[in-house]
Amino acid sequence: MKPEELEAKAATELAKQEAFAARLICCTSTGCQSSGASAIKTELLAELKAKGLEDKVHVGGTGCMGLCSKGPMVLMTSKTQKDVLFSDIKPEMASMMIEQVVTPVISGETIEKPTGDLEHHTLDLNDPFFSLQDRVVLENNGRSCPEKIEEYIAHGGYQGLKKALTMSAEEICKELLDAGLRGRGGAGFPTGLKWDLARKVESEVKYVICNGDEGDPGAFMDRSVLEGDPHAVIEGMLIAARAINATHGVFYIRGEYPLAVERIEKALKQARVTGLVGKNILESGWSFNFEIRLGAGAFVCGEETALIASIEGKRGTPRPRPPFPTVKGLWDQPSCINNVETLANVPRILLNGAKWFASKGTEKSKGTKVFALTGKIKNNGLVEVPMGITLRQIVEVIGSGTGTDRKIKAIQTGGPSGGMIPEHQLDTPVSYEHLQQLGSMMGSGGMIVIDDHDSVIELVKFYLEFCVDESCGKCAPCRIGGTQILRILERFSKGEGKQEDFATIKKLAHAMQKASLCGLGQTAPNPVLSALKHFESEFLEKCQQA
Amino acid sequence: MALHDLQGLYGYVPRDAALVLGGELGVPLARIYEVVTFYNYFKLEAPGKYIISVCTGTACHIKGSNAVLEGVEKELHIHEGESTPDKEYHLQGVRCLGCCGLAPIATINGKVYGKLQSDGGHYLIERAQIDKPMADVHEQEASE
Repeated sequence: MKPEELEAKAATELAKQEAFAARLICCTSTGCQSSGASAIKTELLAELKAKGLEDKVHVGGTGCMGLCSKGPMVLMTSKTQKDVLFSDIKPEMASMMIEQVVTPVISGETIEKPTGDLEHHTLDLNDPFFSLQDRVVLENNGRSCPEKIEEYIAHGGYQGLKKALTMSAEEICKELLDAGLRGRGGAGFPTGLKWDLARKVESEVKYVICNGDEGDPGAFMDRSVLEGDPHAVIEGMLIAARAINATHGVFYIRGEYPLAVERIEKALKQARVTGLVGKNILESGWSFNFEIRLGAGAFVCGEETALIASIEGKRGTPRPRPPFPTVKGLWDQPSCINNVETLANVPRILLNGAKWFASKGTEKSKGTKVFALTGKIKNNGLVEVPMGITLRQIVEVIGSGTGTDRKIKAIQTGGPSGGMIPEHQLDTPVSYEHLQQLGSMMGSGGMIVIDDHDSVIELVKFYLEFCVDESCGKCAPCRIGGTQILRILERFSKGEGKQEDFATIKKLAHAMQKASLCGLGQTAPNPVLSALKHFESEFLEKCQQA
Repeated sequence: MALHDLQGLYGYVPRDAALVLGGELGVPLARIYEVVTFYNYFKLEAPGKYIISVCTGTACHIKGSNAVLEGVEKELHIHEGESTPDKEYHLQGVRCLGCCGLAPIATINGKVYGKLQSDGGHYLIERAQIDKPMADVHEQEASE
């Protein structure tokens, strides 16, 4: 495909979409699929055919629209009226939807809000859950079908790559640096800097790797992007490859994400046929290809060097750094590993410019962040917000609070590496630096809400059990330190804590933080340390009486 | 992705298959077992026909996955990680499946069941018999 054909293809697809009087887009991510999304699509198609409306109304799939607890969801867009978002839909509601809403709308009527049986099966798109979000990474979720490359192209897809092909590697790195994008996997390392370091290493072989090993329990941001907008990640990888002069690309995706793997495989196939992956991309003379490697259920393989070991077919144990992967990585070649969400931001930065991206967020945390909002929260699901929004706005306004008569006690960010943030600190803005000051971290985006009936001790014990179980065992501080702190927590759990345990926990934690070989061991003590800082009274209550 | 293929084909990595694989690749059995025993995904024993995987991720944990796990244990008289003597069911707790909006969830042979209630254990066993999700792998094995 020639570069100029990209715009023509986009225009053709948009015209095709415009020709429909209405479109019904069904969420086809894992969550909604498990609740019957495929059957809903089938029923809608059947109903439209029965009424002779299949040429007037398009039925398609799309990625996660966010409010997972209200799925399965179907979005109706039309030329004549505002969007209608159907929620908690069952296949048998298809005929009702067509009769009561779709048919009147395509006849020119305006439906303010569906009534009758469908009254409680729509969501208000003016609700803060939707209106406070800024969907950059998730913009195609609720707009395009992840299994149709033409729908991705229709909305600026691969235009970022087209621009990158006219830039030097150094210029692309500078664009990312100016944008201020930081790694979304948790560490927050500046992406432009990582790329520039990799770019400067001379090598005949160089790898760009997508880290799709989203192992934080309670996190499903990356899964939703891989399933809902696979082309954005592919395009991000291609731009990264240009930025660092890579020769090979690898997707490393959790084995527990079969739909994500399927979507990436399909997207790569379509991109190859379209001339956007493989030989002579966009007739530039540059060729690049990808392979997919699966994870096999090891949390530690989210760590860069363990991930590399896993791709090489070994046990996923980290190794000391330096040398860093950008110098000596996969198969001892320079490698650049980026998170899924980080990569999905890249095409948008190239398309809209570094200034556009840097205009969002705070001084040191630019752009938006996708969070998986779960736990004791009414609006359970996926949200994307600008950095700088407060935690309280996310949890109480977007999330709508607990939804019960129980109060929010704390939120936990950063998964097993993060910390507890008590309710009275929820007015803190979301940014890398603010969350770190609170003793937590951004992490990959998991945000767990607990209420006043939940035990902080039990939650941090849960996280530590996880880390102890997932520890690769290679280094003593993590292997032994984690187990010893866990034994202490188990005693607290039974009400058998001792006064001297507080100092012991801190001593063990310090050793783990300073001497563990990788981030798993270094950050495993974080939840318990933050719990001691903010909820010491709970621990004191569980101490043995003298 | 040979080990993934074996796991997918048999539901576990049989020792005989691992030996053949080692022979083909020139890799000692010890090296293969080094890898197979490291990753949670690979199993060393044939599981039951219906593999019930209860997600033990944070969101599911907070929403009561323990009660679901214990419910299945009680009904089937087995512990987590075990199969029933008749090999009809296998129960395992698994890491976060990324379906947190529907917490607590479990899968049976990959089919997801979400928003489980406290009687989720009993519910899952019922659904296994009604839906019979993806028992193909084991029928294939039985016919060989």
